[in-house]
Amino acid sequence: MTAVSGEPVLAVEGISKRFGAVQALSDVDLDVHAGEVVALVGDNGAGKSTIIKVIAGVGPADSGEIRWEGRPVTITSPGAAQSLGIATVYQDLALCDNLDVVGNLFLGRELGRLGVLDEVAMEKRSRDLLHTLSIRIPSVRIPVASLSGGQRQTVAISRSLLGEPRIVILDEPTAALGVEQTAQVLDLVERLRGQGLGVILISHNMVDVMAVADRVAVLRLGRNNGLFDTGRTTQEEIIAAITGATDNVVMRRRARTGRAEEAPDG
Amino acid sequence: MADRGKHRADEPAGPAGPAAEAQFDPRLLVREKGAAGYVEEFKRRVRGGELGSLPVIVGLAVIWIVFQSLNSQFLSPQNLSNLSIDIVATGLISVGIVFVLLLGEIDLSAGAVSGASAAVLAVLQVNNGWHPLAAIAAAVAVAALLGLVHGVFFAKLGVPSFVVTLAGMLAWTGFQLWVLGPSGTINLPYEGLVAGLTSTYFTQLIAAYGLAGLVTAGFFAASVLGNARRRAAGIPSRTMADVILRTLVLAFVVFGVAHVLNQYKGLPLALLIFLVVVVAADFVQRRTRYGRKVFAVGGNIEAARRAGINVAAIRVSVFMISGAMAAVGGVFAASRIASASQATGQSNVLMMAIAAAVIGGTSLFGGRGTAYSALLGMLVIQSISSGMALQGVSNSIQFMVTGAVLLAAVVIDSLSRRSQKASGRA
Ligand SMILES: Nc1ncnc2c1ncn2[C@@H]1O[C@H](COP(=O)(O)OP(=O)(O)OP(=O)(O)O)[C@@H](O)[C@H]1O
Ligand SMILES: [Mg+2]
Repeated sequence: MTAVSGEPVLAVEGISKRFGAVQALSDVDLDVHAGEVVALVGDNGAGKSTIIKVIAGVGPADSGEIRWEGRPVTITSPGAAQSLGIATVYQDLALCDNLDVVGNLFLGRELGRLGVLDEVAMEKRSRDLLHTLSIRIPSVRIPVASLSGGQRQTVAISRSLLGEPRIVILDEPTAALGVEQTAQVLDLVERLRGQGLGVILISHNMVDVMAVADRVAVLRLGRNNGLFDTGRTTQEEIIAAITGATDNVVMRRRARTGRAEEAPDG
Repeated sequence: MADRGKHRADEPAGPAGPAAEAQFDPRLLVREKGAAGYVEEFKRRVRGGELGSLPVIVGLAVIWIVFQSLNSQFLSPQNLSNLSIDIVATGLISVGIVFVLLLGEIDLSAGAVSGASAAVLAVLQVNNGWHPLAAIAAAVAVAALLGLVHGVFFAKLGVPSFVVTLAGMLAWTGFQLWVLGPSGTINLPYEGLVAGLTSTYFTQLIAAYGLAGLVTAGFFAASVLGNARRRAAGIPSRTMADVILRTLVLAFVVFGVAHVLNQYKGLPLALLIFLVVVVAADFVQRRTRYGRKVFAVGGNIEAARRAGINVAAIRVSVFMISGAMAAVGGVFAASRIASASQATGQSNVLMMAIAAAVIGGTSLFGGRGTAYSALLGMLVIQSISSGMALQGVSNSIQFMVTGAVLLAAVVIDSLSRRSQKASGRA
């Protein structure tokens, strides 16, 4: 089990969001503590990326509450999320292919004086950062377009860590990666937790999830469908929650009596 | 596998750490010593579609060789000196176009805005008796305002830039005619400040040579200092041989230009201003936070937005720059013929300004390009028209040849974009 303090760093409650005819999120809750990895799982289109974008200020929710260290906040822009200490690695990475690795790492927070870039300082910090994260890239001065999918992924992750965030959100960080790179990203997630950061990890890979997550939140069709402790649950149970096989008598009873807040005791 | 991550993380991360390790990474793109290294890097660039200014420089060399072999007057100091002044007006407009192209947008109003600004300048100076400098400032300010209008319609209302600036082209042409009034032409004083912009030469030999020396020394000093900083920070730097080689190439070019110019009337003021503007624009684009944002918006709007960049503000500001540069170009166009007329900025000025930027290697797809493409592209276009004029070839052929060169440039742009994509995701 994890050594998690009482108050979550980030908590969202009752989030709903609609895209035209699609109710992408209905009344979704999610929280993450410092030094904790929360996996967010669910089938394609379950709303995982949508809730992430709500938290990251990219696509604000229609209704619901976000609390940061217990105090209600509104996050209406990516900048607002960043200044709170929320760093996000998007599923589609959001890198500028025409800029080099250094340019992408520092995009939006370039170092320099009087508007003039300090390329030397940025390059040095980039190399140091990539080094401490054991990330191997042919050169920090080549355009991101000429990196492999996995290398682009590692650049996107490193980018999120530059701002010294409190919470890191990773949307399917290992989807495009090979075996070794996946292991490195999972290592990295564990190191972040070790440094006391909260991590929200979205993944379709149950083995990865069971390996690094402390808790697993399941989304199904835009709703919470269970919250599990990895130490006290099985992969099958989580998969059942993802696919909806738990839509049984027990679940229906729980839905009547209250939200599926507590992890089922395995 | 977990071990792998750990033992690296435990290594000392002192300044020498990453650099030293990087040296031994076989995949690291550090240039090998000697000529083989240059060949290697060149191959990599060609494969990756990072051709930059290379095709245009090769093209320019070919054009000069062809025309010189046809007519020995072509590379004469007089012809080259005149050529260097002829590129200035449209070249300045092209510098603004480069900014717009970096966003992946287009400004079709630049020609009309330059004509309208020239008209404003002439009316204020000649009819209203303003000081020429005040009139120039007013003309540039009006043009920046017109750019602001384009930018707001584009960035805030989401009207495609193509359409906004097409409307602007029509409207500002009308504005130009209205400002000029019934006569249609306003003559500027021949001896005045405005006319002097394109008729002034620094005739002393020391001017051109001194400038060439300053540029070379400045480049060398900046390279050496930059290298020292990089070494102090423990990141890869160029070898001294590399720096010297680059400095020598630069010295060869700038002293060559100075030598040619000095054989005619000396360093033209107009050329000096144009070069200063190009270098300044390049600095803004590549070395400032603002320029980085322009490139980011041109590369991936969504990424820029998520990085907290105010995309709308960047877009509006770029259209303002384009308007202002169009006005500066209009001032030089008026200066060259000492008058502002209904023809100023009309006909093919806009097309040449856009063609120059593209021929010079700035991508139409946004996110790739440099201010130097305005200079190089204008040199190509003006060389073709000058060479053909010397041969007595009619306008019709000139247009067709310039069209073919533009097409070639766009094909190169598209192909290099494709090979960039292909080599992008291994
Ligand atoms: N910008 C949008 N406009 C309209 N509908 C959207 C938009 N973004 C997401 N949706 C819809 O919202 C729902 C949730 O999408 P979301 O991207 O959050 O799924 P996801 O759980 O991240 O799926 P995946 O595992 O495939 O990434 C889907 O039905 C999707 O079609
Ligand atoms: Mg998703």
